[in-house]
Amino acid sequence: MITIGRIRLSKRVLAYAISLIAITVFLYLLDRAGVPPKDIIRSGLFAMTPLALAATGECINEKAGVVNIGLEGIFLVSCVIGVFGAERLGSGIAGLLVGSLVGAFIGFIFGLMSVYARANQVVAGMGINVFGIGFLPFLLMAIWAFPGIHLVRKEFLVPKILTPIGLLSPVIFVAIAVPIIAHIILNRTFLGIKIKAAGEKPEAADVAGQRVDHIRMFTCTLGGAMAGLGGVFMSLAWFDGIVKEIAAGRGFIALACVVFAGLSPLLALAGAFIFGFAEALAYTVAITPGAKVYPFLPYFLKMVPYIVPLVIVTIFIGRRPFPKALGKPYIRE
Amino acid sequence: MDVGEFVRLRLSQSMISKLPNLFMGYIRGLKRPLIESAFAIFVGLIVGALIMIIFRHDPIEGYISMLKGYGIFIAKRTFMTREFMFALAFATPYMLTALTFAVGVRAGLFNIGAEGQLYIGAAAASWMAAHVALPSGFHVFAVTVFAMLAGALWAVLPALLKIWKGVHEVISTIMLNWMAFYLVMYLAIYHLRGIWAHITKEALPTARYPVLAGSLTAVIFIALLVCIGVYIFLWRMHPGYELRLVGDNPDAARYAGMSISRAIFLSFIIGGLVAGLAGASLAVRPEKWGFHATLGDLMGYGFAGIGVALVGRNHPIGIIPAAIFFGGLAHSGRFMEFDIRISSELVGAIQGVIIIAMALPGLLALIRRKAK
Repeated sequence: MITIGRIRLSKRVLAYAISLIAITVFLYLLDRAGVPPKDIIRSGLFAMTPLALAATGECINEKAGVVNIGLEGIFLVSCVIGVFGAERLGSGIAGLLVGSLVGAFIGFIFGLMSVYARANQVVAGMGINVFGIGFLPFLLMAIWAFPGIHLVRKEFLVPKILTPIGLLSPVIFVAIAVPIIAHIILNRTFLGIKIKAAGEKPEAADVAGQRVDHIRMFTCTLGGAMAGLGGVFMSLAWFDGIVKEIAAGRGFIALACVVFAGLSPLLALAGAFIFGFAEALAYTVAITPGAKVYPFLPYFLKMVPYIVPLVIVTIFIGRRPFPKALGKPYIRE
Repeated sequence: MDVGEFVRLRLSQSMISKLPNLFMGYIRGLKRPLIESAFAIFVGLIVGALIMIIFRHDPIEGYISMLKGYGIFIAKRTFMTREFMFALAFATPYMLTALTFAVGVRAGLFNIGAEGQLYIGAAAASWMAAHVALPSGFHVFAVTVFAMLAGALWAVLPALLKIWKGVHEVISTIMLNWMAFYLVMYLAIYHLRGIWAHITKEALPTARYPVLAGSLTAVIFIALLVCIGVYIFLWRMHPGYELRLVGDNPDAARYAGMSISRAIFLSFIIGGLVAGLAGASLAVRPEKWGFHATLGDLMGYGFAGIGVALVGRNHPIGIIPAAIFFGGLAHSGRFMEFDIRISSELVGAIQGVIIIAMALPGLLALIRRKAK
């Protein structure tokens, strides 16, 4: 806590204020340098969406005591099958649904493994990631018989809406709304108490007559569905296609969001925006003509989306306690 | 008591008579891990077969052509040494990246930084091998050591972040993997390039490892030695014992006055050294004696190493057969592509399923209980 006169500010709020001011100054400077800040905010919102969705799902998941580090794998699998669904069903919205269903399915399987088969959750999650890294290029070959890349035709994309800052995808608004809803559910409803009890003290929840296994299965499936929506958003509403490295570590950046947020969905949204903003900024600067002067600069800018989460997580770590039963399977006597 | 009975009694009490029992106990202790690993592989292959059926391929045909990856049943020959050598060439980096993960697990870490450390090691090896002229015997040695040190250097930051701030190694190592990806890409294009821009300069003849067959070089002997060395370090030396105790029971280690930070740091550094060597084995190998600037021929080894380590029960010796299994699997991809026209990437998906199945030690027990 830092006290200025009679106003007491927590370090975190202060950090937000400082970063907000820094961003404003930075945007002003960029505007002077010829890079329109509208574009950066717009692409920042796009970059934020998969992170915010996956991180919110993971926050709820970890509140219930299950760690799923397989977000990257869910991204990879759902973004391909979502596009397949969109092309089969003939609409982008249907593709989004298919993608989140795929995510929910993977989350459900993960839930079965971690709740009932008492799997080592970190290993199982990493297995999902490795599976996704192999399965995406396999699916590209198996479905469209073309290696490494698939471009989606325009009629199958999710339509964008015109806003004052340019064309935005409707999913972006979902990604902003979902953490807020999740915050309300976790802190204001009985369901939230049940979820938190399953993570903090599963024995107590069990004694109180709640089914810990059902709660955890529910959160696993929900978290998977959110990550799946984030994944299919990338292919159908952001990049308008699939490449082999489409997720590019975003599943792990979402995990960094969760750690930064200390399992609060609202803070996860803020973290997602910061990381998305860093990414957008780096890419916007990388495509300005001046960036070509130093050969190292474009490559360094591509590293920025990974440097920023690492630095921010390092600074803000360990402020909030994680649930006590996190990562531990609950065995009923 | 007659003499014969006396001798028999003494013998039964002596070590010699206990040896067979000790040996049998060891084998019996090995039985469960072996069954679990075999079960995981079985699950992986079943899921692979399901995927093949979904995409209208014959799984039996697919798995027969998978056997070719190990040099079995190629063109009416029962065993082809040359193809098996290719499997061993794949197994070499797997062995090393698996060791990185395994040493991490032994210290209670989930160190998945092998991928990035491997890139850095490859870049360092490529630079030392192609751009520095050294006398012939010493050059190979210098390439190896330099690559290992570079890999270890890339592991220092996650180690320090873990020790000082408690940053989880999954996050820090993945972020560093991607940083290494772009750094090495930049180095390959601007500083390591040879005649063509898309490929690094080929290693000088003095820096090349002796070729055994195909793309298999003598690095495999170094890799085997490293596996044995790490085994001796972990089970026969004091710092290794501390490392394992920290992984098994941090509280006990702390009460015993051991330094947890030192064990974690050591684990990361050993992992980095070994992953750097894996990078050298990939950057200095036949045909190109360099690597592609897209890093296409370096990618995936770090993550596959996780599966290898888990199937090898995170044991430096167990990793060796596991790596050969995964090496054959990786090599079989090209046969499957040729024979049944299925993408070789299926192998990667199967590896993922094997990892998932390795996370389920409780499943076998569950099945056994349900069966009763």
